[in-house]
Amino acid sequence: MGNEVMSVLKKDYIYNLMLKGKRQDGRAFDKIRNIDLRTNVIEKAEGSAWIKLGETEVLVGVKLQVGSPFPDSPGEGVIITSMELNPIASPDFEAGPPKEGAIEMARVTDRGIRESGAIDLSKLCITEGEEVWIVFIDIHVLNNAGNIQDASSLGAIAALLTATVPVEREGRGEDMPIPVRDMPISVTLVDIGGEMMVDPDLNEETVCDSRITIVSNQDGSISGMQKSGDGALTEEKLLKAVSLACQKASELRETHLLNI
Amino acid sequence: MSDKPEKFIDENGLRLDGRRVNEMRPMKMEIGVLTRADGSCYLEWGKNKVLAAVYGPRELHPRRLQKSDSALIRYRYNMAAFSVEERIRPGPSRRSIEISKVSREAFEPVVMTHLYPGAVIDVFAEVLQADAGTRTAAINAASMALADAGIPMKGLVSACAVGKVDGQLVLDLDKPEDNYGDADIPMAMTSDGEITLLQMDGDVTQEEFKKAIEMCKEGCRQILEMQKETLKKKFTKLEEVEISDDEEEVDVSALVECTLASEEEVDDVSEDALGEGATGDDEDLEDSDIEEDLEDSDIDEDLEDSDIEEDLEDSDIEEDLEDSDMADEDAEGDEEDELEESFRNLEETDIPEDDKEKIV
Repeated sequence: MGNEVMSVLKKDYIYNLMLKGKRQDGRAFDKIRNIDLRTNVIEKAEGSAWIKLGETEVLVGVKLQVGSPFPDSPGEGVIITSMELNPIASPDFEAGPPKEGAIEMARVTDRGIRESGAIDLSKLCITEGEEVWIVFIDIHVLNNAGNIQDASSLGAIAALLTATVPVEREGRGEDMPIPVRDMPISVTLVDIGGEMMVDPDLNEETVCDSRITIVSNQDGSISGMQKSGDGALTEEKLLKAVSLACQKASELRETHLLNI
Repeated sequence: MSDKPEKFIDENGLRLDGRRVNEMRPMKMEIGVLTRADGSCYLEWGKNKVLAAVYGPRELHPRRLQKSDSALIRYRYNMAAFSVEERIRPGPSRRSIEISKVSREAFEPVVMTHLYPGAVIDVFAEVLQADAGTRTAAINAASMALADAGIPMKGLVSACAVGKVDGQLVLDLDKPEDNYGDADIPMAMTSDGEITLLQMDGDVTQEEFKKAIEMCKEGCRQILEMQKETLKKKFTKLEEVEISDDEEEVDVSALVECTLASEEEVDDVSEDALGEGATGDDEDLEDSDIEEDLEDSDIDEDLEDSDIEEDLEDSDIEEDLEDSDMADEDAEGDEEDELEESFRNLEETDIPEDDKEKIV
């Protein structure tokens, strides 16, 4: 977020640990924190997921409404992703409209899902050019302990996997599950003094030079990427990050999504 | 809206607009085009028309925003309402806020902000006509405007995009390729090839991505050459005027650093090229600069405030609907804009012998 305030001493401490190949919480550089994922936690939502990544907590809700399609894709449903960094989640968050950090993360999550073709949007068309299903993915951040991005993206796809299209409610036939074809998963790494670390905690996120998020799919292809933060990345570091992220994503998919 | 073309690359390996896969659209740029800005650049890239201006380093208000150990960089990417086929609502959108953020971060590694604690360096990038690749065009222009303003930098930043159409990687996507292609990867790099901006959407394999970086690197290298040439040309010309009788060869690289000169040149260019503005004499302009700058910063502040208010008023859903469409830079207007008329007489950037053939 960049708004966090941190003492120089702490920065030095984290940097010196890195030189010894260690992290503050004892994890290896390529280890993701413990994940607790629960789905269907909100009955009123068409799909939902509560995810705890380390101490970070995010709640994702999926709602569907009938609306009109975009003029350039009259036969396809619409995905709208938004994220709120609620003041409940951190002393540094303020109420009000989303700022650039929240907008960026929501859009990265959105692109991952959209570009991977995870949802078969053509099946969400009711009458071409007139009515389609609009899928609202709302990301509610409850506790920020670093790496909201990955928690959100994992939560979003988990919520989609459990979501139903409320056809009956609209009096148009029988309910059906959202047609999910792929499971894009984002993995974020930070560059601290030249070392790439997976799944940064809050301190690491605050001291890092730059941050890179890579969204990859079941077949190992990449559907989204975003560099963030004030630093620059060398080609070598970037390629290393990409291959590590794809590997980690497939591990996450196996452990947390395939049984939903 | 046009439909998806059947094929993007023909049997001769040429793209819809006749380019080869590793070929960029023609680019031309001119610096020092705005008299009031400390640095400015007008850039055309294919049908993209982008104007960038830099104000500062200048005092930052309100004071609580000041950083005690460095200058703050503010970057505003903004699209004109008429820049795309279907009018877009003026003011910041979610898309432009994100682009502004990552573009600012693309410059953080090179701008030597520690030299101006408490100050702000404002970069304004206005997209006058959009035709795919506006964020990279804006970064190229902003990089030149920063150099034109004499802001100390470790090097120039160059940016271009690589995309995928018909399963093949191509450099510098045009509008149809951007709309209907399989992937879009905009990147910005320093002169050493360090990546300062990277975004991606679409679908590529790891190997393709590796190749994409290489293609981007080559594209950025070509752009960097043009940027250097444009800077050199301006300052060389100036030096010739000053030492008209001296036949001595001019050390160009040293002159690029020369910042004092830029203000005089600003008047020169605008009189030549635009035929208006810069009516007062040099002394007047210089005298009033400081006061006016201060006024400017106030006005900008107000403008930004009102933007935020507008944002609040906007209904969320509408905003979202507009923004979630990835292809929201709409298709190009084929007719030439009036704007182009006014900029047409700008000199074209010198193109290195090697590239000339390709670009034509």
